[in-house]
Amino acid sequence: MAQFHQVFFEESFEGLDVMENGLLNMDPGEVDPEEINAIFRAAHSIKGGSGTFGFDNISSFTHVMETLLDEMRDGRRPVTADAVNVLLASVDVLREMLTAAQEGGEPDQERVDEQRQALDRVLAGESGNASPAETVAPEADQPAASVEPVGWRIVFRPHAHLLRTGNDTLRIVRELADLGGTRVDCDISDLPTFAEMEPEDSYLSWQLHLDTPVAREEIDEIFEWVEDDCDFAVIPVMPEGAADGAAAEVATPGAEPANDSSGKPDLKAVDPPPERRCGEDRRKVADRRAGATAKAKGGGGASSIRVDTAKIDSLINMVGELVITQSMLGMLGEDFTLDKLSRLREGLSQLERHTRELQESVMQIRMLPISFTFSRFPRLVHDLSQKLGKKIELKMSGEGTEVDKTVIEKIGDPLVHLVRNSADHGIESPEERVAAGKPETGTIHLSAEHRGGNIVIEIRDDGKGLARDKILEKGIARGLVKEEDNLTDKQIYELIFQPGFSTAEQVSDVSGRGVGMDVVRRNINELGGAIEIDSELGQGTVITIRLPLTLAILDGQSIRIGSETYIVPLVSIIESIQVQESMLRQVAGRGETFRLRDEYLPIVRMHEIFGIADASARRIADGIVVVVEAGGHKCGLFVDDLLGQQQVVIKSLEANYGRVEGLSGATILGDGSVALILDIPGVMRLARQTKTSDDNVVALTA
Amino acid sequence: MAASILAVDDSASMRQMVSFTLKGAGYDVVEAADGVEALNIAKTRPVNLVITDVNMPNMDGISLIKELRNLPAYKFTPLLMLTTESSAEKKQEGKAAGATGWIVKPFNPEQLLKTVAKVIG
Repeated sequence: MAQFHQVFFEESFEGLDVMENGLLNMDPGEVDPEEINAIFRAAHSIKGGSGTFGFDNISSFTHVMETLLDEMRDGRRPVTADAVNVLLASVDVLREMLTAAQEGGEPDQERVDEQRQALDRVLAGESGNASPAETVAPEADQPAASVEPVGWRIVFRPHAHLLRTGNDTLRIVRELADLGGTRVDCDISDLPTFAEMEPEDSYLSWQLHLDTPVAREEIDEIFEWVEDDCDFAVIPVMPEGAADGAAAEVATPGAEPANDSSGKPDLKAVDPPPERRCGEDRRKVADRRAGATAKAKGGGGASSIRVDTAKIDSLINMVGELVITQSMLGMLGEDFTLDKLSRLREGLSQLERHTRELQESVMQIRMLPISFTFSRFPRLVHDLSQKLGKKIELKMSGEGTEVDKTVIEKIGDPLVHLVRNSADHGIESPEERVAAGKPETGTIHLSAEHRGGNIVIEIRDDGKGLARDKILEKGIARGLVKEEDNLTDKQIYELIFQPGFSTAEQVSDVSGRGVGMDVVRRNINELGGAIEIDSELGQGTVITIRLPLTLAILDGQSIRIGSETYIVPLVSIIESIQVQESMLRQVAGRGETFRLRDEYLPIVRMHEIFGIADASARRIADGIVVVVEAGGHKCGLFVDDLLGQQQVVIKSLEANYGRVEGLSGATILGDGSVALILDIPGVMRLARQTKTSDDNVVALTA
Repeated sequence: MAASILAVDDSASMRQMVSFTLKGAGYDVVEAADGVEALNIAKTRPVNLVITDVNMPNMDGISLIKELRNLPAYKFTPLLMLTTESSAEKKQEGKAAGATGWIVKPFNPEQLLKTVAKVIG
């Protein structure tokens, strides 16, 4: 059974998302039958699956939810905001239970019980009938408990249509015989003449004698599916001497196998259906299984990815093309003469094209729509607006934008933080909004799009905007900036990304503990992206996140320093220029700078910070300055020469060597040599450290 | 030739479990994710037994059974439904639609095989 667990968990988590989204779309009092049906189906599948795969606590918990949903679906219970909230919270608990089960652990039982009680409370509410689970008939006492029958006499008279239910009288008789039947009598008195006979109808009845003391349940089970499609009676055969007393007892539970005068037994009355007992047996079996699987599991959750079949087809296609090209080149190589050079070139360019296409297709497999990340936000905003007493509408666009799987995994938390901030600090209370002449309901717009080789994610709110002066005040108080610094608005907004910076007047439990924006920026930088903030007081705030399309391949600019080649990520390069000696300026505390239009930018002499002895350019006019930007700061990297632009495959330095400040990874060039990839923010940090130590040296010698 | 069984369930894990168990016992199994898909398969290639979930999108199990039972080729074919617990109501609905019987979820592979053997030997 364990081999199905992974699929079960995956589809259950998907089911939870369906439930969550459905519940969020549900307006109290107004029920879209298809919507609630979809939620019900998801719950139902989780219940069925968890029961089958031995997760009984999940199954029984989901059962309560399902009961509630069923009543809502049938219109027996109104959809109230309260019920929806309890169901939403139950979805969370269920998710925790599933996660715990997946990891082989135990859920927080207290929380589960609490939520279950909440569900029971809703179920016990004034409207809605008792749940079907509670209407099970009281268990009937076993007949003839005192004296065990030694055998059974069974009368079985199928109704005419029985065969058309797909049931087969022959199989039923055979099954009864398998229990230990010794004699079968067939009653053909109902058989019409051949002319009148309907070939598809059933006309025969049987009397069977079982001479073994099998349990009554075993016989009932055989008739379970046909109890409405036939008359049947099961009459116990008592041991000699006990017959009279037992016969009277048999009559009590409702089975009255009395013979009528016509000689045909009247077989209408039958015991209460045996489902209840069967149900219990099965639960016991399930308990045992749960115990067994609990021991068996424990392996970590393998990370898997769902891939559109079309993507795989295109891959296979591409590989086919590649094989054809390869065999063509192979044939060319066997008896190569110079006159075939043009065909060789053609083959090689074909090879190049196919390799690139193949690469793109493989990358495509790692690409998932960002809706995987976005889907949690409707719930988040719903909960936040309730908690904060604000009216907030979440709009989303570009959910289909595809991004790398790693981005999906890592961007979630930063986005949650940003959306929380928008809801908590950005959007005002309804009263404030009305007073400011804005619509009562605030809007947070979450969007994603491809923009020039990047993914751009935007969080835009129409709240009160960033308080520029307050941030500046605080920045000065913290010693991050000086009063006379004369900063642009953008530079001031940048301050909120500094560690421990929070201007929230009141620290709420939603956000505002001052841990966050710096972590958000760090997380995004780790993904090779950048974050920017723009705001207008009273109008709202826009946060823009730029991420590279893929993390495995990077568009790079090769540069040369001495005999070494380095790669600078193309996204961070603004321009490359030649700087004349006359443009240089020494600025106190900032070291060597140069003037670029109306800005002074620090110069980072790469050969100095990396200690490259054979660098050819020592004087500024001999080399090239590459102007780069990272984290809102710009600087000029002084290098020997620019080489070409190319896509490089990123290899991890950490995995193969160790972390080196200023480098984000390595790659292998066409000629087989290794080139290191510069980490621009890291290079800037390195340059600052070198400069400070230089300043210290100066201070000492002075 | 091995008896062929059409397994219909919108839940991939249940479908796989049913399919895997039955294939292991030597049956020829075809899978469908909902009633519409199942009906199309059933029309193009006759099967000896249909096992269907009840709650499914597009076409639920009860409607599927009704549709199948109306096809001449499926007049006598065993049609089993997968139900949860002892929801007598659903069973009756299924029976009225023409279901042969039911398998109560949760079930384990042995129970499944036993039930299948009961209708196609």
